[in-house]
Amino acid sequence: MNFLYQPKNELEKGGRSVIPAQEDASEPEMTCPNCRKSVPLSRLWANQNTCSCGYHFRMGARQRLGSLVDRGTFREMFYDVCGRDPLQFPGYPEKLDVTRLNSKEDEAVVCGTAEIEGHRCCLFIMEPYFMMGSMGEAVGERITRLFEYALENRLPVVGYTVSGGARMQEGLFSLMQMAKTSGAVKRHSDAGLFYLTILTDPTTGGVTASFAMEGDIILAEPGATLGFAGARVIEQTIRRPLPKGFQTAESMLEHGFVDAIVPRRAQKRVIARLLKMHSKAVDHE
Amino acid sequence: MSKSAYDRVRAARDSKRPTGLDYIRGIFTDFFELHGDRRFSDDAAIVGGVAELEDTPVTVIAIEKGHSTRERMARSFGAPNPEGYRKALRLMKQAEKFHRPVICFVDTSGAYCGIGAEERGQGQAIAENLMEMMTLKTPIISLLVGEGGSGGALALSVADRVWMMENAIYSVISPEGCASILWKDSARAAEAAESLKLTAEDALRGGIVERILPESDMGKASFFEMIRTGLKKELAALGALSTEELLEQRYMRFRRIGDCSAQAEETGGQQ
Repeated sequence: MNFLYQPKNELEKGGRSVIPAQEDASEPEMTCPNCRKSVPLSRLWANQNTCSCGYHFRMGARQRLGSLVDRGTFREMFYDVCGRDPLQFPGYPEKLDVTRLNSKEDEAVVCGTAEIEGHRCCLFIMEPYFMMGSMGEAVGERITRLFEYALENRLPVVGYTVSGGARMQEGLFSLMQMAKTSGAVKRHSDAGLFYLTILTDPTTGGVTASFAMEGDIILAEPGATLGFAGARVIEQTIRRPLPKGFQTAESMLEHGFVDAIVPRRAQKRVIARLLKMHSKAVDHE
Repeated sequence: MSKSAYDRVRAARDSKRPTGLDYIRGIFTDFFELHGDRRFSDDAAIVGGVAELEDTPVTVIAIEKGHSTRERMARSFGAPNPEGYRKALRLMKQAEKFHRPVICFVDTSGAYCGIGAEERGQGQAIAENLMEMMTLKTPIISLLVGEGGSGGALALSVADRVWMMENAIYSVISPEGCASILWKDSARAAEAAESLKLTAEDALRGGIVERILPESDMGKASFFEMIRTGLKKELAALGALSTEELLEQRYMRFRRIGDCSAQAEETGGQQ
């Protein structure tokens, strides 16, 4: 008697109605700030967080990793390098705790080695969901170690930046990371090795003024906010509204500070092509 | 009587304080100013040129705030534009070519915030200085003489030795900016100044600077004489190093800051 049969769980026949069909229609959606259409999260995820109109939503480091590197080739490094609270800054340890719980990351950058269409490289991806990618000691140290590792193993570095700048709560110790990372980039560069940066929304402050702008080739995502000073600070300084399109990837391209704007879906291909063209490293002693 | 952090901030910003040009005139002889970045223009917020430290030719670069309101406006209050940093780099490269040491005097609330500054690549200009200074093949000494405002100050402070005046400050953000981010209230700057640990003593304790120069209890002549003597002694010590040693030590000077493994050893593994 069929009507007496009750599936015990969703694995049994007929047991797939755990999520009733009508709930499919209520899948969470995001409204695109550009075209105002609602996009279901699953579709957004499948399209690397881009809307069909071309708008690029923010993207977490691990999700980027998934769509960028060849499957199974990523080896994470320096994940045990964590910062301290060098200034005993009020409220900072608590803020770190909450951020770690929410982001499931220990710090604002993920580093490692990977292959991109078969080209081996060192890779760092900054995490927007960790204090907006701000750079403290741990971020500076992880990136410095990555460049030192890349130098030792003669590997190119591919880096995705997203950052509000230096991490205020670590004071001068965070400011010094700008010099430290720049030194590591310089040594890598002087050895004739290739460094490619991809600037994503937003890349500002101390990260712009250090390793973000130090790439041999600098790419940017469409529509990304890129700059040094914050827009509000500039407005307060000059006391008039900022022009439309100011501090965007497009205006940076126009003013000659990025090499090209590459949409997310094309990035893997472009990165692979550039890695291939730089695979014969020049020996500079 | 000890001064609060915010007392230091006020002292560092005092318009009666010696400015970059005062230091140049007080310490060196035969200063000849060199203008322009050879790319866009000449930034009045940064002064640079060649001078003699007793008998040694040196390249000097100073952020100049000016004293009077008129001077200060002409120098955009010591907030350099990208062309200022590019001029500084040009003079440093010139110093490298002629084996002259570089002496920088840093006094800025920060790099200039403006539309033109952004469009001409303020971030790129600072980044390039950080990179190039790290491997400049000649000794660099930077003196923070007033405000050491964030990346705009660091862009002239990737040096072999960094010294601070007793009342100078060095910070990743202004106390006002910090207070307005943290508490949405820039009036709580004094509190933020304490938290940011921006005084010369804090910077010395943190291993960010090598030396604090006293400012009080001496006349102008002996103040500049003290700096002149200090610079000569330090340049002699740096001059004794090979280029490789010099650059390795400069790299390590910054490399060890926030080297988490070294900290773990120092604190007995407590993280």
